[in-house]
Amino acid sequence: MIKGRVWRYGDHVNTDLIIPGRYLDNYDMSSLAAHAMEDIDTGFASAVRPGDVIVAGRNFGCGSSREQAPLVLKELGVAAVVAESFARIFYRNAINVGLPVIVCAESSSLAKGDEAEIDLRAGTIKGSNGLDTSFPPLPEKLLDILEKGGLVEAMRQRFRPCRPNTGPR
Amino acid sequence: MSGRSFAQKILSRASGCNAEVGETVVAKVDLAMSHENAALVSTKFKEIGAEKLWDPSKVVLIFDHRIPANTVSAAEGHKTVRRFAEDEGIANFYCHGEGICHQVLPEKGHVLPGSLIVGSDSHTTTYGAFGAFATGIGATEMAAVWATGELWFRVPDTLKVRAENEIPDHCMSKDLILRAIGDLGADGADYRCVEYVGGAVDGMSVSSRMVLSNMAIEMGAKAGVCFPDARTREYLASRDATGGEEVFSDGDLVCDEHIIDCDDLVPLVAAPHSVDNVHPAAELSDLCIDQAVLGSCTNGRLEDLHAAASLLRGRQIPKGVRLIVVPASREVQLDAMEDGTIAALMSSGAIVTNPGCGPCLGAHQGILASGERAIATTNRNFRGRMGSPDAEVFLASPLTVAASALTGRITDPREVMG
Ligand code: SF4
Repeated sequence: MIKGRVWRYGDHVNTDLIIPGRYLDNYDMSSLAAHAMEDIDTGFASAVRPGDVIVAGRNFGCGSSREQAPLVLKELGVAAVVAESFARIFYRNAINVGLPVIVCAESSSLAKGDEAEIDLRAGTIKGSNGLDTSFPPLPEKLLDILEKGGLVEAMRQRFRPCRPNTGPR
Repeated sequence: MSGRSFAQKILSRASGCNAEVGETVVAKVDLAMSHENAALVSTKFKEIGAEKLWDPSKVVLIFDHRIPANTVSAAEGHKTVRRFAEDEGIANFYCHGEGICHQVLPEKGHVLPGSLIVGSDSHTTTYGAFGAFATGIGATEMAAVWATGELWFRVPDTLKVRAENEIPDHCMSKDLILRAIGDLGADGADYRCVEYVGGAVDGMSVSSRMVLSNMAIEMGAKAGVCFPDARTREYLASRDATGGEEVFSDGDLVCDEHIIDCDDLVPLVAAPHSVDNVHPAAELSDLCIDQAVLGSCTNGRLEDLHAAASLLRGRQIPKGVRLIVVPASREVQLDAMEDGTIAALMSSGAIVTNPGCGPCLGAHQGILASGERAIATTNRNFRGRMGSPDAEVFLASPLTVAASALTGRITDPREVMG
């Protein structure tokens, strides 16, 4: 169950706004994350708390294929991004790095600072503003990737060298 | 009952399932392309713990974004990838300035119709011009592809863009795609597979079709296809690109359609800072420019250089304007040298660089200072894309860029056409 405060943004939040290209020569995720969203919300990176949720409008994450965009949000502890729609490469990258992404237009009634409670498997969102709505849950394959913490973890389990069985037969 | 789409047919073949729109399928990819970001992909690949590439013959690596290396960190990245390519036995590794990935892969015969292609670059959609289903992915999932040859795909809906009648002489396929993006919006084709059809598409060169497929991503599309015909087959044959199977949507496919009458097309520009902010060039003719850029995976091909040279030959660019020409590939550059195009452009005052991405992504070879304005044949005009966040980038066709370089302000090419 995801439970946290809402950060509210509008339409077409592109990958340059999520993490500006000028910082991308740096691969250290925690120092990179300090710049997340700074061109639209200078207060975000310092005030966001683990478990918080981003609620946005249309076409969230449009632009380049940079994976650092979902990675910095995850690094800061963002528990999910809920939007009216996502740009597809961001959507894929988010799932592959283990950041839940939810398409739900009704959530636009949520405002900054509201509390939201999300059940990914049940496909429900409840808000402190009285919102009580549902969305089609992600396909099982994608939920599985998310629950394992991302594609690298999911793959690592697949490629784990098999240990010799030393227990009783 | 609706017929089946191109996207459904390719994803059905590649997944072994009956791919229905909206479903998620796991499909086997036929080709996996990465450029400099192969450095990041190789790190993820090692984190996964896979021992070797699923099939080194299906992986293509190429340097184009920062070639020759412009910083120590770019050089270190190149070094990492060189070593990885050698260790993994990747034969299809173009590391010596062959040109931009999206131009070089078709030139070298890697792109086949009906194939499923992924690339760790958002403009991978370009290969759709040859009837492939081609789409951009992130670094982590490319690492998974390297390990397994498979990836999950949501089967997309289809949107037809029908371009009727012929493109006028003062316009190019760039004007058509800018019109489509302006009409549909930056998310107008989100998740969908765009099919470019109609007389204007049938009548255009393979290079011109590549412009349409390239910029499908700028309206959010997952893929952008032009269906194979005699021109496609001729191109593929000249590249020894054999194999592949032509795939077409069924005639009774039911899908959304957007119609553009090319008789009404005028030279267009996309103004800052979004690609769907489209206006006629003639309406912006009071805007002076500091830089003009001819190149990129969108418009750096021989026909683009020819179009620009047709306006510039024998004329001089004013002193205050920098025209930077970046041929899309070594082959384009050699051809343009042999037929005198490069000489004509340089005589007019152009700077001609080595083939590659050039200033398109603001990494090197033509970065803008604050307050400067550029007009470019590239594909993105986001804030900060070509350098300073306080610079402006306008997108246009090679003809419009050349006309603007000549006058020093945004110019409809009809103003200077003979
Ligand atoms: S030319 Fe520009 S858009 Fe094309 S691959 Fe290079 S950086 Fe990307």
